[in-house]
This record gives sequence, structure tokens and C-alpha cells, in this order.
Amino acid sequence: MLKAVILIGGPQKGTRFRPLSFEVPKPLFPVAGVPMLQHHIEACSKLPNMKEILLIGFYQPNEELNRFLSCAQQDFKISIRYLQEYAALGTGGGIYHFRDQILSGGTEAFYVMNADVCSEFPLPEMLDFQKEHGDTYSFVIFGTTANRKQSLNYGCIVENEQTDEVLHYVEKPSTFVSDIINCGIYLFTPEIFQHIGTVFQKNQQDMLLEEQSNGWHRAEVIRLEQDIFTALAGQSKLYVYKTDRFWSQIKSAGSAIYASRLYLNQYHKTHPERLAVNEDGGPNIRGNVYIHPTANIDPTAVLGPNVSIGTGVTIGAGVRVRESIILHGATLQDHSCVLNSIVGWDSTIGKWSRVEGTPSDPNPNDPYAKIDSETLFRDGKLTPSITILGCNVNIPSEVIILNSIVLPHKDLNRSFKNQIIL
Amino acid sequence: MKALILVGGYGTRLRPLTLTVPKPMVEFCNKPILLHQVEALVKAGVKHVILAVSYMSELLEREMRAQEQRLGIKISLSHEKEPLGTAGPLALARELLTDSEEPFFVLNSDVICDFPFEDMLKFHLRHGREGTVVVTKVEEPSKYGVVVYEGDTGRIHRFVEKPQVFVSNKINAGMYIFSPAMLSRIQLRPTSIEKEIFPVMAEEGHLYAMELQGFWMDIGQPKDFLTGMCMYLQSVRQQAPDKLHTGPGFLGNVLVDPTAVIGKNCTIGPNVTIGAGVVLEDGVRIKRCTVLKGAHIRSHSWLESCIVGWSSSVGQWVRMENVTVLGEDVIVNDELYINGANVLPHKSITDSVPEPRIIM
Repeated sequence: MLKAVILIGGPQKGTRFRPLSFEVPKPLFPVAGVPMLQHHIEACSKLPNMKEILLIGFYQPNEELNRFLSCAQQDFKISIRYLQEYAALGTGGGIYHFRDQILSGGTEAFYVMNADVCSEFPLPEMLDFQKEHGDTYSFVIFGTTANRKQSLNYGCIVENEQTDEVLHYVEKPSTFVSDIINCGIYLFTPEIFQHIGTVFQKNQQDMLLEEQSNGWHRAEVIRLEQDIFTALAGQSKLYVYKTDRFWSQIKSAGSAIYASRLYLNQYHKTHPERLAVNEDGGPNIRGNVYIHPTANIDPTAVLGPNVSIGTGVTIGAGVRVRESIILHGATLQDHSCVLNSIVGWDSTIGKWSRVEGTPSDPNPNDPYAKIDSETLFRDGKLTPSITILGCNVNIPSEVIILNSIVLPHKDLNRSFKNQIIL
Repeated sequence: MKALILVGGYGTRLRPLTLTVPKPMVEFCNKPILLHQVEALVKAGVKHVILAVSYMSELLEREMRAQEQRLGIKISLSHEKEPLGTAGPLALARELLTDSEEPFFVLNSDVICDFPFEDMLKFHLRHGREGTVVVTKVEEPSKYGVVVYEGDTGRIHRFVEKPQVFVSNKINAGMYIFSPAMLSRIQLRPTSIEKEIFPVMAEEGHLYAMELQGFWMDIGQPKDFLTGMCMYLQSVRQQAPDKLHTGPGFLGNVLVDPTAVIGKNCTIGPNVTIGAGVVLEDGVRIKRCTVLKGAHIRSHSWLESCIVGWSSSVGQWVRMENVTVLGEDVIVNDELYINGANVLPHKSITDSVPEPRIIM
């Protein structure tokens, strides 16, 4: 019997996703038309032996999360529960704290997935791989190949090329170690808790030895990557399952547009019904576009590629949208143009206005390039990024909002470029 | 009567338009700049116009032959082998200008206003001295050379270049009328009429100032070209409002050539000039722009403060602003943002221009 744990973090995390994470917990942000987490849940629900999905994080229970959980349970006919940490316990500490819940009912193996990744989730393949490699107690990390420079931003894995055993693991090294990186998706057996338990006990002893323990440092805070994988490497316990099928982190809002593109492309295989098609009386669709059935779209609008339109969105005559996410209740008035942007819930864009950002897509000529989730500022200047309009932002007619981030509930009265508008 | 127009050189300040069309033939409000002046001169009784040019253009010559026919006057091109400044060309054309005792007009070619040629002649004959300079009021005299003169008679005392303390708010408007005797002051060499000739004439009591009524603009560069267009269209509104286009979708003063084709759901104006054969597709928004002959603006684009060159094409959902000037036959691809670009002729623009620059 299998279970899956999705690590959803908490409100203090995901700051690179602001201002969108003010309105909705980041794991519920829609990517390709459905909440980020739903892609994980759907992949889990397809496994025949999957008994339960547990979300672990430190969000206060909230209405959005509850609504999502009850809908997802119905849609996927599987038990889904949210387990709230009393504090941020780290990727290892969280699952250790809830180990009884994870193991109850006789769990033989369980997946652990970070919520902020987008992937094809090759979960059955990881299970087969585990059976083929090592003994039944071995653990599997899902890995992929990065380019040398970008590998430094990830957990790096050195493997035995014959056996796929992890020989060495280092998180975000400062010099090049390996171009195989950790994708944040794991398959564990219950034995993993012995290893985490060992670290937990060692932490407790260390804290007793320290004269004055730092108030914030807890023995329960354990990171899978630095505290567990580093120690397990070279012990014939940890294996890496590699695939070059699509995978990306979703750290910044810009990467949500990129992740949407990957999922929309996958819909050709998994959900062709979610992709809009050109039909009489409908808008002109170019490439992959998701339109929620409740959206009201003028037939003279031109949408795509890579556009997701949420519930109750209104799109006027002669509107152009490309490489963007339009969130529920937004209105794009006639002749407006939205490129490389996220338009927040209930926002309005006036006639002939242009809302445009700069994509941070991976280098298309490098098959191993990943999206850079870099910081907002470089050398004191805002780096050109996608434009984000927070919730309930009003853009007047005939202005341009370029490479800017507009915080929620703002009424703008002129053009803005390369600014954060508080 | 005769008039000499100081056309001068290549019109570099109005590039990239003047890279393919001689400046006098660039249309300002759907009429070549030069014809605004020539037609006003003809109306005031001028029968012979001399164009002082420092480069030769077949296109200009051919056009002037056609205009001679149309207007029933004589147009001569006086060609400077080397640039002679603002006075030298008068010496070069001395023979043409002195075959009668009548006064003659001299104009800078970049000036647009309600040309007061008949009033100039009357004023000049009344004071009876050698020269009359038209002056116009400006808001910031410190940026120009100002003219100091007697308020009641108009007799000029002196000229002050870029005054730091206020002495006058009247500047030389680049329009003169002279008696032939004045030509004896000028030799055939590069000379500035403003700096070398006028101060002496003023000293001797031979130069008078006449105040211009109404608008005035030197349209020699794109920014001022557009400002001048706004002023000119407002003047048309007052004097001949029938020439302006009105109706649903038109705001303020808009001049549209009858051969232009305008799509549905466009909003045009205020202050727009649409040239012959121009096509504006559906849903175009355009204000404070000149669109020259044969240009094509595709649907849902937004243009403000631009000059769109002849036969240029602007794609769908393009935003173009901030004194963008497209030369002749430029193509702007769909969905681009063009901010203050100067685009040389025959270029194809495939990427946005977010900050002002020249596209070679």
C-alpha cells in the first residue's frame, strides 16, 4: 500500500511569489487552469495502490484549502488530509513529526513531493525503479540533468553510473559538483524514519551540550537534503531515478507562466478537453490555451500561445493575450494587449492599454537549461520580469504597464515601467 | 514680386524622413512644407519664387516644374556650391532680385504660421526703410535670440542672443521683406544674416519689426513638427472648419485625406493628420500623429505622438509613442512596443524598442 506526502510550506515561504501569494496559498495558485497541487494529486491518484494523500505544511487551516481538499477528494476519489505543523519543521522534520499518520494502515512505501515543482510525475516508473535497484528498503530521488552553471542552484547528485546509486549529495554547492540535480520528488520506505530519528536524537544531544541554545533552533527542524541525503549517500541506500521529461521549479511568479506552458503542452496527452480549439463564434486560438467555461470571450479576441483564462473572466473585442495567466473575475477591455503577464483576480485593464512583461524562460538552445528564479533586484535595479497585477488592480485606458509589479487594490492613473507599485 | 526661400541642405534635423524625400516636399498636414509657403506667397502677389538650395534633387526640380504650371508662377532653384549661410544666398540670387525696384520676401523654409505677407508689404512700405523682420512672442526667450525694438514704431534697437535677464519676449520668426538696396550689404561668401547683417542695419535705423498674430512654429525637427501640426490644425478649425473630419470616432482636430480608408471602431484624434491612401484597420487608436501617404496601420494598434513614414506598415497590437518617427517603407511587426524610436527607411522591426534610440 502506498501513500503520498505533499510538502506545501506555509505563508512565510514563497515570498518570491508575492504579491500573488497574499490572496491565495501558493500551492493553490492556478497553473494551466488548475491549482498547482492538483497536478500532483492527479498523478498520485492514478497509482492503483495509492491509499491516501497527506498535505503537510504550516498554513493555518483556511477556507480555500478546505474547499480545494473537499473538491479534490470527490474528483479523485481518494482520501486527502491536511496535517498542520506547529512550526516550520523543514522537509524532514515535517514528515518525521507526522510519521504515525504516514505509516498508519501499513504503508509499504510513500512518495514525498514538494508542492512547488511542475513535472510529468513519473511515479509508477519510480516504483519500478525501486524494485529493480537495491533492496526493497532503498530510497529513490527523482533527478534530472541541468547545465553546469545552473546546477549550483539545486541539490547536486553524484551517481554510480552502473548502479544509479547516489555516491555523493550536496545542496546548492558553490562550485560545480554534478549536473544531476534533485527534483524534489522522492520515494521512501518506512525505514527512512530511522535515519531521520537518528538525526533528531543527535540534534537533541547537541542542544543539551550547547550552553545557551538559540531560541529558534529546534531539534525537530530537519532538512531532508542537507541532514539526511548527504549522510545516506554512498551507503547503498539512496538511488537516483533520472529522466529528461519536463520538470521545473515554481519559485517565482514568472516560473508559473513557464510551468503553465509545460502543463498545457502535456494536456494534449492527458486532458485534450482542457485545450481551447478554434470554432465558429469563438475567439481566435493560437497554440495551447486553457479557457474556463465560465469566461466570457469576444470572438474577435486572439489568445495564445500559453494562455490560461480563469473563471468569470471577461475579454472584450480585439483583445490580444499571449504567454499570460488571467485570474478569475478579471476584465480585459476592448483592444487591450496582455503579454507575459499575470493579471490578478478581479483586476481591470482599460481599452487599448498594454500590460507587458519580460519572460525569464530558460535558454531554448540548451536542452538542460532551467528557468532562473532570480532575485527581483540586480545592482539596485529591478530586473525585467513578467508583469504582475495583484488582486483588484485597475489599469486605465491607453496606458502601458511594463515589467512592473502592482500590489493589490491599486487604481493606477498613468503608465508605469520597471517599477514595483506599492 | 519675388520671394527667396532659404531651403538649405539635407534637412538632417528632420531625418529619418528626409533620407528619402527632400525636406521641402515632406508633407506637413497633407501638403508639402514648401507649398504652404509658396501658396501663401502667390496669394500675396508673388510671381517668382527662388529656392536657395545647397544640394540638388531631381525630385525637387521635377516637383517645382509641376508647381510652376499649377500656380502659374516662376520657380527658380539657386544652387549654392558651398553652403552660404542665411545671407550668402541673397548675394547669389542678386541679379534675380534686383531686376526691379520692388521689395522682396525672404523666408526660412521650416516656418509654419498664418503667413502675413500682405501685412508685411504694407508695413514695410509704410516705414520706408530697407528691411522688416517678422517677430513672434515666445514663452521662454532665454532659449532664443530676442529682438529689442520700439513698441510704437517697430524700429529695432538691437538683438540679444539667449538673454539671461529679460529684455524682450519677441524672437525673429524667420520671415523678412527687404528693399533691393539692402543687397549691397551682402557679399558672396558664407554669411549669417542674423549675426552679421541685421545688427548693422538696426544700428543704422534700417530694420523694423512687425509682430506676428497667431501661431508660429519652426517645424524643422520631429518633436516641433508634431507641435506645429497641432497649432496648424487648430488654426484650420478657426478658419476653415469644413476641412476637418468629424463624426463618431473622431475627436478634436483631425485632417483626413479623402482617399484614406478607416476601419470600424477606431478612435482618431485629437490632432491627427492622415495622408493619401493610408489604411487604418479596425480598432486603431491614434492621437497627435501624422500618418504619411500610403502607410498602413493594422488593427488594435495604439499610436501617440508619432510620424509614420510613407508606405510604412505598423502591425496589430503595436504600441508606438513618444515621438517615434518611421522613415519611408518601415515595417513594424505585430505586438511590439516602440518608444521614441527613429527608424531609418526600409527597416523591418522585429523586437520592441522600450527606450528611445535610432534603428539603423
